Amino acid sequence: MPSLGADMEHGKVVEWLVRPGDYVRKGDLIAAVDTDKTVMDIESFEEGVVAEFLVDIGDTVDVGTPIARITATPAQLPSGRPASDRTSADQAPSGRAPADRNAKLPPPVRHLAHSLGVDVGSLHGSGTNGAVTRADVERAAAASPTRTPVPPAPAPDRVPDAASSGAARGGRVRSSPLARRLAEQFGVNLQGLSGTGPEGAVTEADVRREAAAGSRVEPPGPTPEPPVAAAPPVAAAPAGAGTGARRGRKEAAGGKAESLRQAVGALMSRSKKEIPHYYLATTLDLEAAMAWMASANGGRPVASRLVPSALLLKATALAAKEVPEMNGFFTDGSFHPGTAVHLGVAVALRNGGLVAPALHDADALTLDELMEQLRDLVDRARAGRLQRAEMADPTITVTNLGDLGVESVYGVIYPPQVAMVGFGRVMEQPWAHHGMLGIRHAATATLSADHRVSNGLRGGRFLSRIDELLQTPEEL
Amino acid sequence: MNQQDARTAVQAAIGQVAPDVEPGDLADGARLRQDLELDSLDFLRLVETIAGSTGVDIPERDYPAVATVGGLVEYVAAHG
Repeated sequence: MPSLGADMEHGKVVEWLVRPGDYVRKGDLIAAVDTDKTVMDIESFEEGVVAEFLVDIGDTVDVGTPIARITATPAQLPSGRPASDRTSADQAPSGRAPADRNAKLPPPVRHLAHSLGVDVGSLHGSGTNGAVTRADVERAAAASPTRTPVPPAPAPDRVPDAASSGAARGGRVRSSPLARRLAEQFGVNLQGLSGTGPEGAVTEADVRREAAAGSRVEPPGPTPEPPVAAAPPVAAAPAGAGTGARRGRKEAAGGKAESLRQAVGALMSRSKKEIPHYYLATTLDLEAAMAWMASANGGRPVASRLVPSALLLKATALAAKEVPEMNGFFTDGSFHPGTAVHLGVAVALRNGGLVAPALHDADALTLDELMEQLRDLVDRARAGRLQRAEMADPTITVTNLGDLGVESVYGVIYPPQVAMVGFGRVMEQPWAHHGMLGIRHAATATLSADHRVSNGLRGGRFLSRIDELLQTPEEL
Repeated sequence: MNQQDARTAVQAAIGQVAPDVEPGDLADGARLRQDLELDSLDFLRLVETIAGSTGVDIPERDYPAVATVGGLVEYVAAHG
């Protein structure tokens, strides 16, 4: 069970995305884990074959507890030695044992041997210094036609799936985890579907089509991942219409909202106890940025329109790159500046929860890329489908409460980060300029930063850089 | 498009963007941002969904006119 954030102590496996016998590579998604905050997909830290699951679905275990056993594939093993088991997620990935054979085995040949089910340990290499070559492997494969081929490794962008072995193992249908999840939810039988995805894989769209076509049955009982449908916390609920109607849903949210509250509370308590915060604020002149955005959006279809947040986030990422004291982690008593800017974006969940996943390398994204990734990230955060790296990686976080009307927000820093930027509502304000009073779009930007790492001078520099960058929005 | 069709389309679109919002919350006076708690990304998706289902494309300059459920219904009815 890997740690999915500084505050995480345990996690619950809610779904396996692989099955015993599946071949997984380092980085392949293997399970969905429910933390106190949200559900996230976690990846394998090892390459090999899933031998067995060590915890059951629904089990909650401490961080560091082995959850699955991944064994080396026959082709990776040194000759004449028993299979050494490696356990996923309980240790840093260890290097592959330097076996004599393997040392002479280039990865493409090892891969070929693996996919043909050939044990290279038993081969006599005909290459230089006895190295096993492609030809050796192919010869061995041809010589033993009875050998069951190991399924080819899935494309790196796909989650490994036992279905890739097709009819060989029970005729399962190749499908994505999302498709499987939906199929279960909708009661759609994947067996009967012809997929439109790569290599005939059943996709999300296929399942939805099938469900819509009428084979839908109501899911039996609660699904493992209930749709996010709950009220915001009372404190955030508007005083106006609708508050009463939401009370029922608040109760329906039940324990999840409560554990989320506790997790956020524990982390924020720790932050306020350990981090000497200092706070700054400045007013951003958004005249140029809003005018530029309005004209850019004028010529765009809805789907590619920008929102002010995208500009604010991009300017923040660029400023964080320039003022390294705002970007990184404070761990083991000292500051470690981030080598990249992974911009955490605080996302309010509809059940009252709060998560702050990262836009990776936000400073290097174009505005359009950032906008696209922001929409994707928020959608997935709300649907409970974030990935481990997104939760663990942010080097600085932004909270944008302006959407809901407040003028300014002074955030609490997420440990081990060292800065939190807050944006208030974009509004028209009277603005004195060159001795004249006019009306401009403006917003309040705030900074909460760690005094162990920076001081007000650097913090002020950082905030004013955000303002400066927003004066030339076309360069963002 | 008549008022009733517009209302149906708006209700369906809101239901898609914010599944937790109940039909009872959709009074004409309900404000999309403050009362239904749609953020700017939700709002963008709502505009996108309505464009897809009704063909009514709401340009940014008209956003103030569609800040409430009633305003949005009126707008879709008038332009659809």
